[in-house]
Amino acid sequence: MAKIPIPKEKWSGKIETVVVGNTPEEGGSRSSQLMLGGDVGMPFLSYEGVGHRQRLAGEILDSVEGIPEISIAPFNELSYDVVEWAKRWKDLGADMICLKLRSLDPEIEDASVEKAVETVNNILNAVDLPLIVYGGGNREKDAHAMEAISNACAGERILLAQAEEDAYKSISAAATANGHGLIAYSNLDVNLAKQMNILLADFGTKLDNVLMDPLMAALGMGLEYSYSVNERIRLAALMSDRMLQTPMCCDLTSAWEAREATEEEESWGDPSERGSWWEATTGLAALVSGANLLIVRHPRSMEILQDAIVELRGE
Amino acid sequence: MATAIEIFKLLPKKNCGKCNFPTCLAFAMQLANQKVKLSDCPFVSDEAKAKLEASSAPPIHLVTIGSGDKKVEIGDETELYRHEKKFFHPTCYAITISDSMSDGEVESKLKRAEELSFERIGQVLTIDLMAVRNDSDNDTRFAEVVSRVAEIGLPLVLMSERPEAMKRAVEEASLEKPLLYAATEGNIEAMSSVAKELACPLALRADDLETLAKLAVHARETGVEDLILDLAPHRAKDLVEKNTIVRKNAIKRTFDGLGYPIILNVCDDERAVLKAMLATMKYGSIVLFDDLNPAHALPLFVLRQNIYTDPQVPIQVRAGLYPVNDPGPDDPILFTTNFSLTYFTVMGDVDKAKVPAWLLVVDTEGLSVLTAYSAGKLTEESVVEALEETSAKEKSTSGILIIPGLISRMSGKLQELSGMRVIVGPRESSGIPKLLRSEEF
Ligand code: B12
Ligand code: SF4
Repeated sequence: MAKIPIPKEKWSGKIETVVVGNTPEEGGSRSSQLMLGGDVGMPFLSYEGVGHRQRLAGEILDSVEGIPEISIAPFNELSYDVVEWAKRWKDLGADMICLKLRSLDPEIEDASVEKAVETVNNILNAVDLPLIVYGGGNREKDAHAMEAISNACAGERILLAQAEEDAYKSISAAATANGHGLIAYSNLDVNLAKQMNILLADFGTKLDNVLMDPLMAALGMGLEYSYSVNERIRLAALMSDRMLQTPMCCDLTSAWEAREATEEEESWGDPSERGSWWEATTGLAALVSGANLLIVRHPRSMEILQDAIVELRGE
Repeated sequence: MATAIEIFKLLPKKNCGKCNFPTCLAFAMQLANQKVKLSDCPFVSDEAKAKLEASSAPPIHLVTIGSGDKKVEIGDETELYRHEKKFFHPTCYAITISDSMSDGEVESKLKRAEELSFERIGQVLTIDLMAVRNDSDNDTRFAEVVSRVAEIGLPLVLMSERPEAMKRAVEEASLEKPLLYAATEGNIEAMSSVAKELACPLALRADDLETLAKLAVHARETGVEDLILDLAPHRAKDLVEKNTIVRKNAIKRTFDGLGYPIILNVCDDERAVLKAMLATMKYGSIVLFDDLNPAHALPLFVLRQNIYTDPQVPIQVRAGLYPVNDPGPDDPILFTTNFSLTYFTVMGDVDKAKVPAWLLVVDTEGLSVLTAYSAGKLTEESVVEALEETSAKEKSTSGILIIPGLISRMSGKLQELSGMRVIVGPRESSGIPKLLRSEEF
């Protein structure tokens, strides 16, 4: 019988491995280190070779103002207490915690940098998972906050987010000073993603400290652009474009802003289940197009995506 | 299509000029670009002709199921990644009815299936096929249920291990081109004869690709060309890998015996939705569902719509002034962009307000509000221009212009340039009904 050829590509490039979280041995307090990236082929093709396991970070918000209630309802019973929230994510099997310090935003709470540091410390003490920390979106304030958080977490190897084209120097310096990693954001464009990595490299940041976030547009909100941008980034990286060889991080939580995700409409089925699949579908598209790390808001989406990763990797 | 060099190798290399090109190479280059016909060279050998024809056939066979305006066409894809050109024929979804269900159950399931319909950015998203599964092992019952299901007008998939049941159902329900699902190693002879006799497309199922290729050879030898492959993947991993192997071999022409569309059966699969999503992104042409919850159907259908849009052209609508709810001269003007997603969302909300208004759709080359604004394709000037071009201020003398909340920055300058009272609307268009119904108007 004719043997069917396996059309395996001979890629010359490889995705960097970025390590997050340090155990006591490395000077931190996490229970284990996570490896992200390391891909040597297109996603989930074992005959090309797969990289490290794709990972899921559970999102925590230190202010839930303006966040659609349905998207965080399962944490309501915890009164949105960040420490309890973090513990819940650990119980739910999240690989990482992603803390978004929205309270720093002058238009939300204008909380102090000291308070932000305290929140980070409380979470580090409560759970032993690796951590991602986002600022509140105000450039100057975030710069201060990231520096303070970097110092407070020295040795833990967390991920600081996010470096942007016109605001990367302070966060990059803050990360490098204490051996943390960072997330580099760009706006839905292969060249911008590459430009961001070039800027960071020129500034002296090592690429094995960087994850790129090329903006994952949600289902129904431009998902197709992201799907193709991700694929093109990954293809270029495997074809040896050094400046695109960083692992990819996709934040799925904007899926909850798509109106069709949760609008009450009888013929559209249960809004919570629909919303969770809205987020999970965005996540599946991210995984299949090259994501190495996903930021997830809802426990049900987390569950769907955990199962998807096991299934896709054939574990 | 073959490259110029591949074509050149097959030409006579006389450089005689009879084709109106000075050299065979020049002619080959034109051929590769599909500017001329091979028959322009009087000296090509039959062997070369055959080779070139085979290489210009579509890498994945186009298969039609059903007839009339609801027929579905699948296959004929040319790309591995959508950004390289586009994916042409969207994945089709089918709901399965078992012939061991009672008549009442059949009716209620049919009704549920028909209700799975959503309107989105001007397109209606629905299921595309119905499948009937011969669980009863009774030919009469099968034909009866098939006839009933056929009445709703969608193309059919007949699921049975037994060719005689298929034949009877096709004849009794006078079906045109239903998909026969599925021929396996055990019944390939009989199944391909029936498919040939009834002129129906035939699905082949085997869990290894070698067997599948063998089944395809057999079917072709019987004279059945319209084939669909069920790769019977066990896990999501197998699905992505096998679909990719089949697609890539066909497109790169590294193996030419499996250039057919792919069908996935997720009946009785606890991961039906997950697998359907993956098949939609990764080269699946048909998914057979047992049933589909609307809370899963909507994200799935939207995923398909996203993945299958043309990467070169955002879906746009015509710019212009649109009357909503029968407006008159006293009613306000709202403006938005001509990106279809933006337009349909806003139009829906203005409509919902049940308040008369004028909707000015500004040409932003199909970009959303913020994207267009940051790209400089939605400016105070372009809005004023649109107002003038559509004579909006004559149709509405209200002097009121409502702008999207996301671009409140525009209000001052726009007020100056247009001479209208500019009201900054909500950021989300869902807030429009409340605004329009408020005291201000
Ligand atoms: C998909 C997308 C793209 C796609 C284009 C999609 C398209 N056809 O428009 C692509 C990849 C091409 C793109 C490109 C760019 N993008 Co873009 N893009 C997005 C994304 C992810 C979604 C946009 C979308 O489709 N929204 C959905 C539609 C329905 O929203 P909308 O049009 O705003 O309409 C809503 C409201 O405005 C309101 N509304 C609309 N009309 C009206 C009217 C009235 C009267 C009222 C009251 C309300 C109202 O109702 C609607 C529903 O609520 C957003 C980020 C995000 N998540 O929003 C960024 C975003 C819009 N992009 C952005 C940018 C900067 C760009 C680029 C300039 C950057 C680049 N990469 O080069 C380019 C410019 C394009 C160019 N040069 O041609 C920024 C804008 C920054 C800013 N705040 O100004 C955003 C916000 C991303 C970000 N966070 O940085 N983008
Ligand atoms: S007619 Fe045929 S042989 Fe003569 S130059 Fe053209 S391609 Fe060559």
